[in-house]
Amino acid sequence: MSTVIYAGRPVEVDAEGFLQQPEQWTEQMAGEIGRANDIDALTERHWQVINFMRKTYLGTGSAPSIRTLGKVSGVPIKELYQLFPKGPAKLAAKIAGIPKPRGCI
Amino acid sequence: MSELLEHPEAAASKPETIEKVSIIISKGSLEGIYPGLIMANGARMEGIDANLFFTFFGMDAINKAKHEHVKVATVGNPGLHLATWAGGFPGMSALVTHKLAGEMEKLDIPPIPEFVQMISDTGAGLYGCKASVDLFELSREDLIDEVTDVITVGEFYAMAAGGHIIFT
Repeated sequence: MSTVIYAGRPVEVDAEGFLQQPEQWTEQMAGEIGRANDIDALTERHWQVINFMRKTYLGTGSAPSIRTLGKVSGVPIKELYQLFPKGPAKLAAKIAGIPKPRGCI
Repeated sequence: MSELLEHPEAAASKPETIEKVSIIISKGSLEGIYPGLIMANGARMEGIDANLFFTFFGMDAINKAKHEHVKVATVGNPGLHLATWAGGFPGMSALVTHKLAGEMEKLDIPPIPEFVQMISDTGAGLYGCKASVDLFELSREDLIDEVTDVITVGEFYAMAAGGHIIFT
C-alpha cells in the first residue's frame, strides 16, 4: 500500500495502482490514471464503462464480470477491448477508482 | 517503455510477465472444455494475447451441431465420486450437466456457445485442427463462424512462437 497524488490529492493505492478507498476518487483523476495506463484520452464510451464499473461496485460491493460488463453496460465486449486493450475489467476498475476485480470470468 | 525510464527502480524489481498464450483444447466433455476457455478468457482479461486450438473431441466446442450439447462425463470420472454403475444410468450425464450449468450461471460463467463467442469478441483467435477436421470428415461449414481458420500442427507451432503453450 502506498500513497500517490492524483489531480492534486493524495490517494491510497495497492502495488498495481488500484485505489483502495473509492471515496478518495474524483472524476478529475480519471484522465490522469488513464494516461498512466496507455489510454491517452477518455471518450464518452470510456466514461460509460467507467461509470458502470463504479456504480456496480458501490452498489453491490464487487466489480462486474466481463460478461456482465458486455451485456449490461451498453458497450459490447468487442468494443470494450478496443477501448481498453490491456484488459477492460481491470483497466476500467483502475480508472474508476475501485479495487482490482478478483473474479476469474 | 516510458514507465521503465521514469521508474528504473520499479523496472528492476518487476517480475517477468506472460505476453502470449496458445491453449489447446483436446477433450470433448464439459469438464474437458471449460478449463481451456476460462484460461483463454482470463488471459485476455489480463491483456495477454491468446489463441485457442481445438483438436480431437475438443472440436465439439466449435462444432455447430454439438456445442450446445456438451456434457459432463459421469462414467469413469473419479472426481464426481459417483459409483460407475450409477454414472451409467440413462440421463445421469444430462442431470449432472444440468446441475453444474445452474451452479456456473450463478458464478456468471456462460454456457459453452456464449463463452466461445465471448472469447472471440475479446480478440482471441479460434483455430480448428486440420487432422481432426479430416478425421471426423468435417468441413469449415460444420464449424461456428467465429473460427478464424483450420490449421495444421506446424502452423499452430508457428503461431505459438514466442509465447506459452497450454495443453488441456
